[in-house]
Amino acid sequence: MTDACLTFRDLTLGYNSHPAVHHLNGAVKAGSLTAVVGANGSGKSTLMKGIVGVLKPMAGACLNTRNARIAYLPQQSELDRSFPARVVDLVSLGLWPRRGLLGRFTKEDREEVSKALKAVGLEGFETRPIDSLSGGQLQRALFARVLVQDAELILLDEPFNAVDAKTVSDLIQLIKRWHGENRTVMVVVHDLELVREHFPETLLLARRPVAWGETKETLRPDNLLRARRFDEAWHEDAPWCEPDHGHGHAHAHPHAHDHHHHHEHGEVLDRPDHETGPRAA
Amino acid sequence: MYDFLIAPFVEFGFMQRALAGSLMLSLGACPVGVFLMLRRMSLTGDAMAHAILPGAAVGFLFFGLQIVPMTIGGLIAGVIVALGAGAVSRFTVQKEDASMAAFYLISLALGVLMVSLRGSSVDLMHVLFGTVLALNNDALTLIAAISVITLATLGIFWRAIVAECLDPLFLRSVSRLGTPVHFIFLGLVVLNLVGGFQALGTLLSVGLMMLPAAAARFWTARVEPMCLLAIVIGFGSCIAGLLLSYHASLPSGPAIILSAGLVYFVSTIFGTRGVFNTRLRRHRHRTA
Repeated sequence: MTDACLTFRDLTLGYNSHPAVHHLNGAVKAGSLTAVVGANGSGKSTLMKGIVGVLKPMAGACLNTRNARIAYLPQQSELDRSFPARVVDLVSLGLWPRRGLLGRFTKEDREEVSKALKAVGLEGFETRPIDSLSGGQLQRALFARVLVQDAELILLDEPFNAVDAKTVSDLIQLIKRWHGENRTVMVVVHDLELVREHFPETLLLARRPVAWGETKETLRPDNLLRARRFDEAWHEDAPWCEPDHGHGHAHAHPHAHDHHHHHEHGEVLDRPDHETGPRAA
Repeated sequence: MYDFLIAPFVEFGFMQRALAGSLMLSLGACPVGVFLMLRRMSLTGDAMAHAILPGAAVGFLFFGLQIVPMTIGGLIAGVIVALGAGAVSRFTVQKEDASMAAFYLISLALGVLMVSLRGSSVDLMHVLFGTVLALNNDALTLIAAISVITLATLGIFWRAIVAECLDPLFLRSVSRLGTPVHFIFLGLVVLNLVGGFQALGTLLSVGLMMLPAAAARFWTARVEPMCLLAIVIGFGSCIAGLLLSYHASLPSGPAIILSAGLVYFVSTIFGTRGVFNTRLRRHRHRTA
């Protein structure tokens, strides 16, 4: 697939031998705008971490096919708001991919930072200390940082939490602008209305992928029902995930998957809609 | 005035050495202290200072009171504790404070045990509290080297250290420097504590690192001026402490640290972000 930006090959991600994303196959097309939907604990944030690479796969692989530069806005930012920094300092962190450790910030860089702040409606906030920002303002500053990063693949993990309606629509406009610039964007969202209205493609997760493709198809009631029925809890005594077991709700062993990277495992009937990833929209 | 402020440093070689040593120490240790404080690792500095003791004690055990073996020993012990505690906190569920406490308590007990194996309690006092008035050439060279290394490393890794403090997850998502920078920084902490222990002793060397930084926090809301201010406060405390020690015949290490402590209390109350300005003064408010 030449137009894929990300390819998942039997990707299993998780913690302490318990999978949070189980056997994900498929590809994210370059330039696509995908919503990632699912209940709490269904593996959305884990998938994001796996793509960025801060979490290593337990099995399978996540291939960044075009070596795209990634910008990642995590759900739980580890941002230290009490750190004595100004808004410009925070947004300028986004210059890292270009300037690295030692590169000097040029006049253009600084202009770009102020343009980004303007784009998110934070003009005039440049020298404000970050601890004086409200939650929504901080979120917009982080969007400005993503803007400055100028990445080809943009991952946003629940960016609309605790953000007022006006800010949400501003941020949606930004996301659409990125989509229009042919960047690949994946956004974890909870509000299904928002997804139906603005996102062409959707990945519905319930630890395993329930459905993936065109939003209208993916968010069909039967898919949503199946996603809702998934068992959120881990079981310490869950059987190891073996190649020949059906594992609709089984749990993986880090090594068990090594044996079946390259063949289809026996679950085709269980989840027919995710085998090939998104269809052409 | 001249007699009081300048003459002691002009007339006595040991005062000049003490001044040179403590000023160079402030140059490196104070900015390191600022980052230590901003990362909420102030007590880590304290723990590391204790952790250096067994290493210095091993040096002492084999070579007596000599700067080079004791420094190398302290450096090795400090690095082991920093790496060990850092690794436990980064790769297990335990947080840094708990792992640090575990590692430093073990090393402190070990250190005191080893010093008492051979030395008298006078020796133990010397290791614990140092003697800034007895800095020899070796010690001065060592301190100079440490402050040069510290400033150079801070200069090179500045952006990464700031990013690692401000938003560690972001740094990890754009660069592989996250974990290395953490350990480089801990290395600087150990280095500066070891540099300080000949002058101020293992227990007080952390004072010159933390107190100016803690005081500077009350005056500015940006990192760069905060580091500079911390250095200035460090300089002032060293000069004031040495003069105090000279004129009142007080032990020099505690005099320096207490001078810094005084600046800290004054800053807490009167700093632009101190108690007086943020709490007590009646504020008028603007329309927006």
